[in-house]
Amino acid sequence: MKVAVVGAGPAGVRAVETLLAHGIRPVWIDEAMDGGGRIYQRPPAGMQRDARTLYGFEASRATALHAALDAAKARADWRPETLVWNIRPGQKQLNTLSQSRQGVVAYDAVILCTGAMDRVVPVKGWTLPGVTTMGGAQIALKSQGCGIGRRVAFLGSGPLLWLVAYQYAKAGAEVAAVLDTTPFATKLAAAPGMLRGPATFAKGLYYIGWLRTHGIRIAEGVTPLAIEGDETVAGICWRDAKGVEQQVACDAVGIGWGLKPEAQLADLAGIPFDFDDVQHNWVPRRDAAGRTPVAGVYLAGDGSGIGGAEVAELAGTRAALSLLQDEGRAVETAALDHKLASLARFRVALEKAFPFPAHLAVSLPDDALFCRCEGLTVGDLRVTTTGPTLPAPEMNRAKAVSRAGMGRCQGRVCGAAAAEILAAKLGCSVAEVGRLRGQAPVKPIPLVAAP
Amino acid sequence: MSGTRCDVLIIGAGGAGCSAALHLALRGSRVVLLERGLVGGQASGVNYGGVRQQGRNPAELPIARKSREIWGRMKALAGTEAEFTVTGHLKLARNDAEEAELIAYLDVAKQYGLPLRMVGRNALHGEYPWLGPKVLAGSFAPEDGSANPRLMAPALARAARDAGAAIHERTEVMSYAHDGALFHLRTVRGEEFSAPVLLNLAGFWGGRVAEAFGEAVPVKPLSPNMLVTEPMRYFIEPNLGVVGGNVYLRQIPRGNVIIGGGYGESNPGEPGEMPWSRPVPEATMEAARLAIALVPELEGAQIIRSWSGIDGQMPDRIPVIGPSSTTPGLFHAFGFSGHGFQLGPAIGAIMSELVLDGRTDVPLEAFRITRFAEAG
Repeated sequence: MKVAVVGAGPAGVRAVETLLAHGIRPVWIDEAMDGGGRIYQRPPAGMQRDARTLYGFEASRATALHAALDAAKARADWRPETLVWNIRPGQKQLNTLSQSRQGVVAYDAVILCTGAMDRVVPVKGWTLPGVTTMGGAQIALKSQGCGIGRRVAFLGSGPLLWLVAYQYAKAGAEVAAVLDTTPFATKLAAAPGMLRGPATFAKGLYYIGWLRTHGIRIAEGVTPLAIEGDETVAGICWRDAKGVEQQVACDAVGIGWGLKPEAQLADLAGIPFDFDDVQHNWVPRRDAAGRTPVAGVYLAGDGSGIGGAEVAELAGTRAALSLLQDEGRAVETAALDHKLASLARFRVALEKAFPFPAHLAVSLPDDALFCRCEGLTVGDLRVTTTGPTLPAPEMNRAKAVSRAGMGRCQGRVCGAAAAEILAAKLGCSVAEVGRLRGQAPVKPIPLVAAP
Repeated sequence: MSGTRCDVLIIGAGGAGCSAALHLALRGSRVVLLERGLVGGQASGVNYGGVRQQGRNPAELPIARKSREIWGRMKALAGTEAEFTVTGHLKLARNDAEEAELIAYLDVAKQYGLPLRMVGRNALHGEYPWLGPKVLAGSFAPEDGSANPRLMAPALARAARDAGAAIHERTEVMSYAHDGALFHLRTVRGEEFSAPVLLNLAGFWGGRVAEAFGEAVPVKPLSPNMLVTEPMRYFIEPNLGVVGGNVYLRQIPRGNVIIGGGYGESNPGEPGEMPWSRPVPEATMEAARLAIALVPELEGAQIIRSWSGIDGQMPDRIPVIGPSSTTPGLFHAFGFSGHGFQLGPAIGAIMSELVLDGRTDVPLEAFRITRFAEAG
């Protein structure tokens, strides 16, 4: 049986490990050089930093995953630095690109572990040099040992806000401010539910406490006004919870409001998507064991709905076991299913503590830039609801009329905020305005004379 | 009879359907346009965007000429020109046989009053220094150009609505009947519409409407494979094609290059199902290879998206246009075989003439629906 696994983050590693343990040697494809996913990305060869410095509380988990990764690499058909840019579910083929060369991988079953990316809400000035997503800021630290600036402000919401601010401060950067758009009361209300995941909850409290005791400026329930500067970032200003305008000088800003699934391959595989109200994300349809409505296609990890690294490892194992079950193998899954269900309940509480700030996108002024690739303002999008053509009732016509999502990112960056802006203008729910249709290639690929 | 009663019912909100709704509404007809998906969702909205007359089947040229005239006043008609730009269309030959074909078409163009000039072997690379060495000769149609297919049908639909037409999107017709005087349509949600005139402008699915009225035709789905690059230096001004049509490309001032060639895959679906279409990677790669042979500078440009859609293709590669042979008050225009984007605006005008004047100046004999039965 030909099995392919796409992705070598926490979900992919555990999926491959499970397949190998049952005698299946999969083709294992990852875009990065060395696997690990975004969360456990390793520094390039020659850079010596210990796991404790790189991954903090997650050091033992990272070390264990890297050990499993390295062991599995040696036994699987490992193909690093390879992009899967298309999937053909009818033909059961993956189209790949590696070192500018096209390839085709045939499969009988495939497990997609494609991970997540930062979810961004535009803020006035967010395209100034010096503004980076939260995940990008963290990767700079983890894989290159450098920060995004000397004096850095962090703006957003979610666990990553506190973690990255903490990591920057620990690494010696000056943290100018940590600006959380979620009010303290919202997080407090979700606290009882978060006790379902006491370790994660405790870590979050630790980061916040550490930042406070080190005198770092913290503001919760803020409304961002602008990232300021002429050529590059010079400061950030916001309105505090009491409605007072505040400002701080900085030379870099990390922004991010949680994550969104990188689910383009699931989309191209023909898996239907549903809007998850709790995550406030479009997610490909799958059951708790990673099975999808498309025969032979399984999903695991953040690419199938945000669950975090711990869930991703378990889900990777579970999806591989589903594949084995569907092959008629007898495998034991009860304990794993129980653990996944428990973590799913914790996730709901976490999402409630850090809800997506749709109101920030909705209240953006018409002259704010929201689409970097095409240089479009919020006003350019809003006007699609009135003209010059038949008004846009959903995202794809808004794209057709405005060019939103027609650039290099194909809406991966601007799509979430664009949907909020359009929904608010139309007076309907964000689920009703739909999502941008996915098309190959998943990421840009070059035109070549000889494939 | 309950439901909505109007003068003209139109099935299919592509370019032709939206143009027909507009032209009829402007002349005072009460029009209802019914669309299964969204306006311009299939062939009209996702095609290459060529506004090309050169190379058309001679039977189509009178319609193409009429349509070109409408394209020229699109802004006044529809409120936006839908990025229609007169760049000229340069059709290229890559060998002697292709060159001979270009030369032969000069006579056809002359006969129909289409401006067209040969760019011979000596002049070609001087005028277009970015063309690759394998290109031998070209013919240039200065009145041709391109437009944005994503904008055209929604713009015409907007104008039609402003002129009084009712446009119902996401409204699939599930049953068709004719009682001798009126057509009665019932939608998937149970709404009922009736009118003495029905226009079948439903693209590939027009074959199903025709079949419902006892005149089935051999229409097949056609799914051209399209791709677009990231923006690059703007240097390809004319819309480019080749003899044989295995690749075509154009660049917009924004810098993106749109390349078509080969075919994707698709399933038009059964009634009540959503159709799907998708590009085929091998076709994308082959189109890239052929495009680089025309314009070597394209090598290395990044493809950011590929796509396809569904048009209807007839065996003789020209559409069905004209009155039904079975049912008075029914008119067809479908199966445009990949030519509908340029022709669409005129098709709407012609439909309005057939309905309101009982005649049109454009010869339609070649497009009659009975031609397939006659051929046996």
